[in-house]
Amino acid sequence: MANKIPRVPVREQDPARRATNFEEVCFGYNLDEATLEASRCLNCKNPRCVAACPVGVRIPEFIAALHRGDPAGAAAVIARDSSLPSVCGRVCPQETQCEGACILGIKGEPVAIGKLERFVGDWKLAHSSAAAEPVARNGRRVAVIGSGPAGLACASDLAKMGYGVKIFEALHKVGGVLVYGIPEFRLPKETIVAREIDEVRRLGVEIETDVIVGRTVTIDSLLDEEGYDAVFIGSGAGLPRFMGIPGENLNGVVSANEFLTRANLMRAYDEESDTPIYVGRSVVVVGGGNVAMDAVRTARRLGAEATIVYRRGEAELPARAEEVHHAKEEGIRFRMLTNPVEVLGTDDGWVRGVRCVEMELGEPDASGRRSPVVKAGSEFEIGCDVVIMALGTSPNPLLAATTAGLETDRRGCITADAAGVTSREGVFAGGDAVTGAATVILAMGAGRTAAKAIDEYVRRKFAE
Amino acid sequence: MFPILEKRCLAPGIWLMKVGAPRVARAALPGQFVIVRADECGERVPLTIADFDAEAGSVTIVTQTIGVSTRKICALEVGDALADFAGPLGHPSEFVRMSPEELRGRRYLFIGGGVGTAPVYPQVKWLHEHGVGADVIIGAKNKEMLIYTDEMRAVAEHLYIATDDGSEGFKGLVTQLFEQLIAQGCRYDECVAIGPMIMMKFVALTTAKYALKTTVSLNALMVDGTGMCGACRVSVGGRTRFTCVDGPEFDAHQVDFDEAMRRQGMYRTQEQRAAAIAAERAAGHQCRIGLDK
Repeated sequence: MANKIPRVPVREQDPARRATNFEEVCFGYNLDEATLEASRCLNCKNPRCVAACPVGVRIPEFIAALHRGDPAGAAAVIARDSSLPSVCGRVCPQETQCEGACILGIKGEPVAIGKLERFVGDWKLAHSSAAAEPVARNGRRVAVIGSGPAGLACASDLAKMGYGVKIFEALHKVGGVLVYGIPEFRLPKETIVAREIDEVRRLGVEIETDVIVGRTVTIDSLLDEEGYDAVFIGSGAGLPRFMGIPGENLNGVVSANEFLTRANLMRAYDEESDTPIYVGRSVVVVGGGNVAMDAVRTARRLGAEATIVYRRGEAELPARAEEVHHAKEEGIRFRMLTNPVEVLGTDDGWVRGVRCVEMELGEPDASGRRSPVVKAGSEFEIGCDVVIMALGTSPNPLLAATTAGLETDRRGCITADAAGVTSREGVFAGGDAVTGAATVILAMGAGRTAAKAIDEYVRRKFAE
Repeated sequence: MFPILEKRCLAPGIWLMKVGAPRVARAALPGQFVIVRADECGERVPLTIADFDAEAGSVTIVTQTIGVSTRKICALEVGDALADFAGPLGHPSEFVRMSPEELRGRRYLFIGGGVGTAPVYPQVKWLHEHGVGADVIIGAKNKEMLIYTDEMRAVAEHLYIATDDGSEGFKGLVTQLFEQLIAQGCRYDECVAIGPMIMMKFVALTTAKYALKTTVSLNALMVDGTGMCGACRVSVGGRTRFTCVDGPEFDAHQVDFDEAMRRQGMYRTQEQRAAAIAAERAAGHQCRIGLDK
């Protein structure tokens, strides 16, 4: 029988203190806390949480193992469906997925599924056996483009099936959005991301950095000259969008991608790093997603007064609830129903503020969200010296432009079916490169689905 | 890691390095650039390719010591290695995609200023190998700062030199020398200018008077160099373009040079701070980033 106790609180760094450092905000559960929280699960016959998980992690089963005091067993249950539990436990939007569907959430607080998954993932990383079970190689080779969640998941599944897998990464560091996009205070790079990647390497996956597929090599050269039997594209959605308003090229206007890449990938906040970052005294971040929250909280940590400007209301913020909550605790200001119409500059071309209009919510649009409309005569100015645009990203057109027969849609996303099959034989794709900017778990799921499709394709090809 | 195979000082503060990077060497074409990182703490520095040899697997870069990162790169010796060397990035020069018929009879004028003379070389060399004539103007502060004169002489039809102080060749600016050539009856179908932003701006203003199609290779600030960050935004014909993926070469008469020059100064105060830290490091402090892996 489930334990009718309130949700076990999770320990966090004090908001005032953490707003000045880049250490992880949330400490996570220890074994006692995790075991206690696990006792709250009703172990439903028809678990709604599993149905709400994009990759169908057998949630009640892993929680039951945890409740029995068997974290290794719990890790084995999760591993059947997810290859990055430490990451997903930290960055999944649980409130709209598993936890949002939890029966306990109807009257009270849902089981802390994300925090439990994180505990199990971290436990596994800490107790990982030195040698993975050797898998017999089948002599076939697959090239994976991009070392983000989709590529890592696809590569590890293929390696487990016996394929020789090599990941090609354009940047100097492995991990894709996990290293350039998501900040240290939300996803630690050395203790979590690097170790998840070590796990993938231990399966025999090779990783070559500094290779821009489409420039350094091409998909055709990988297939025809380097002897790969198939290619998986997991190149993500890396191209930042701007608003197209006057003043956007003033000094002090940056994309969230630039700001976060300087901070996360290049560690510009570290005295040791040669890469500069400019925050000024006052920062306005335009947007309401996770990337906007990451940028605004990074700016805060670098000493700036930081404000979110978002054109819809608070209920419409697409960011994870936890990030919005954390941002508020850290002293971030939120100006909802506000939209910039111009970036204002000084005579010498530096940002001095943004001119905004107030918005109100009208009729629901195609996405079901109420669309914002401009309130007449509502123009006003917000003074600031940096404006960070966090308006979303789209896939890099380079691969489609350099690969004959690889189709994309009008948004520039690579066309692929549910299994990851593209218009080009032997070429598969998944994650943000196909869907446009989405979540780590969806990308990971797409990578795993594509791994199955690649296996079927290669088997079929060589049976002929 | 990418080993330094050869290193030569071309002029005070200007170094040539031949780097072992087989994949880049095989794929490189004139006009493209690479992103170079000296070590784990290093910035990603965009440098235009100065030469490449697919067979030897080497790529040549020419770097002028202007900041902390370029100093770090130039401090490396033969036998050392660069942490990263990614590329080739950006689009190759337009003429690379032109057919022999389109190229036949075309005459090019290249204008290289300072360290920007180095990336002019692979373009002239390519045209020379494809039977297309090209004249070259090299501009420098003085005789001592001139680079690539011998190499260029071997591939250019005519080589003209301009120095600010007249210590070699024409005394004056490259734009004045250009106007003199035109006055003497030289005619070109296209001008390609690579050098300091201010030089490219004035070349553009000058060639516009003669309605001479002009291409410039912009050296904007970049982080990733692959289209991710947008730090290299530049206004071309009123449209925002990314130098890294849409360029680095653009129609000079469409580029907003004043904005481009202002944007180059975005991190100047930070760079001065970095220089102070570098001085501290030179006094014995060691880089630790990446050692905790």
